Amino acid sequence: MPGRKLIMNFEVTPTSHTLEAYRARGGYQTLEKALAMEPADITKEVTASGLLGHGGAAFPVGRKWGVMKPNPGEIHYLCANADEGEPGTFKDRWILENAPHLLVESMLITSYALGVRHAFVYIRGEFDLPYRRIQGAIDEAYAAGLLGRPQANGFTLDIVVYRGAGSYVCGEASGLITSIEGRKPYPRNRPPRLTVRGLFQKPTVINNVESLANITGIIRMGAEEFRKVGTPKSPGTQLISISGHIAKPGVYEVEYGYPWAKFLDEDCGGMLHGAKMKCVVPGGISTKVLTRAEIEPLNLSHESVNPAGSGLGSGGMIAIAEGTCMVRFLQVLLRFYHHESCGQCTPCREGMGWMHKIIDRIVAGKGVPEDIERLYAISHANDGTTICGMGDAAGYATVGILNKYRDEFEYFIQNKRSKFDGRLECLA
Amino acid sequence: MKHLIPEFEKMKERFPAGFEPSLVLPCLHRIQKDRGYVADEDIDGLVAYLGVPRIQVEEVLSYYTMLRREGIGRTHLQICRNIACSMRGAEGVIDHACKRLGVKPGGTTADGKFTLSTVECLGSCGTAPVMMVNDAYHENLTLAELDRLIGELVVEERAGEKK
Repeated sequence: MPGRKLIMNFEVTPTSHTLEAYRARGGYQTLEKALAMEPADITKEVTASGLLGHGGAAFPVGRKWGVMKPNPGEIHYLCANADEGEPGTFKDRWILENAPHLLVESMLITSYALGVRHAFVYIRGEFDLPYRRIQGAIDEAYAAGLLGRPQANGFTLDIVVYRGAGSYVCGEASGLITSIEGRKPYPRNRPPRLTVRGLFQKPTVINNVESLANITGIIRMGAEEFRKVGTPKSPGTQLISISGHIAKPGVYEVEYGYPWAKFLDEDCGGMLHGAKMKCVVPGGISTKVLTRAEIEPLNLSHESVNPAGSGLGSGGMIAIAEGTCMVRFLQVLLRFYHHESCGQCTPCREGMGWMHKIIDRIVAGKGVPEDIERLYAISHANDGTTICGMGDAAGYATVGILNKYRDEFEYFIQNKRSKFDGRLECLA
Repeated sequence: MKHLIPEFEKMKERFPAGFEPSLVLPCLHRIQKDRGYVADEDIDGLVAYLGVPRIQVEEVLSYYTMLRREGIGRTHLQICRNIACSMRGAEGVIDHACKRLGVKPGGTTADGKFTLSTVECLGSCGTAPVMMVNDAYHENLTLAELDRLIGELVVEERAGEKK
């Protein structure tokens, strides 16, 4: 087992997601503790815990909250980002399906700390069971008087579940709130930060589902105890969703600092059909791939993975076997980015289309030697020239693959066929 | 859509005051569930009901991929073709479904029973490949399972016709 657990610490049964089962596990007792605290002390505790955001950027949660200065009488909003769409990532889905009340309790505590009266859960439109589970939990909480009614100290919260309709960009915080405003989700320039001017121009905190799910635990055990889990620079745990050519795909809660190779070889059962590992996408397709040799000395913590030129991102790990064609691999990624570019910024709107066309041309056996440099040039031109990070991310993923597997691209262009057999599957 | 207004009113109650524009997306979801797509008269009705500019409704409709302006087959099969699914055989699954139904991705069978679409990442990478049948996920999909599912759906369709 990859270390201690803070979230996946109970047995999943057909009823473990219900209010009754959650209460039997001690659920909503932390809320009582929190409501007896001063709101500012909750933010202090979260800041002291060193909790890092789990949406992909690992931004300190306490620092984000600290920007919002709750003033009585003013309107503030909280949004839980459940628009899980980064390919390879399916860990928020686990929380929504199996521990929805942990999210609701955490949102109650967070809203109390930040002076929020109305909170939102923005969930991607395709999620059906996760939607029914979180909406069901919220309905249970309303019926139990936890939502919609003043608590002992007068604090009241309403939570609305808002369903998306199929758009990757809605996972970007400013795109998400623009979507809740009932418009297409064009991301916004910062400053002003969303914690200053967010949803309908009011200060808004947007936290990932997993980040929020940690809040209850932090308030229950206190920052000091929380910091005893994980490493000094990456406190706590991370939910890692692993897929691809791995024997036991799924969601694993990993204590930060756990050896990476051990996680893959032992906890995840090694590679599918006993294949050799070629490389790994560490945390969603927008993070750079690392070869098996590169990950050997690393552990699963930000301070270990970041210096290797990549990141743990959203925890969406994809294991790739030897013999996988990286040209075809990049083709799938670029098709996705092209499909999901919202079209607001020229470099991304045009650049994604150009990159998609170039990679399709290479795969069709019509590539020319300059195509590789063109892919580099478009990636670099995107970097920092768009409002949100999607254009940058597509470039990082492309450069990451080109740097390590340039020979496969050269081979494909020269011989008009894959260096391997062009497949993405791992055969027995 | 007029018959849905009582439902919209209930939806509105949970939103803070002044959030009428936010109802565009949830109302469109509900309309589409009712009719199967969003018709011109639904847009007219929604504009009048919410008091939002028509362009806002049109913009949302044309942007979000899950919203439709035209009807589709009675059963919507959506197969993920993103990276994790492709690494677990989604390309073969898509080819097989196309052959079995005699349509290309995006197409509807001549009898109007099935529409086949390919989609990007459904967040089910650990149980890839995945296909949605209307709202429900079918995970760890194999060609045999796909055949069985389509066969079952065809039988259901026939039973429905007899009624």
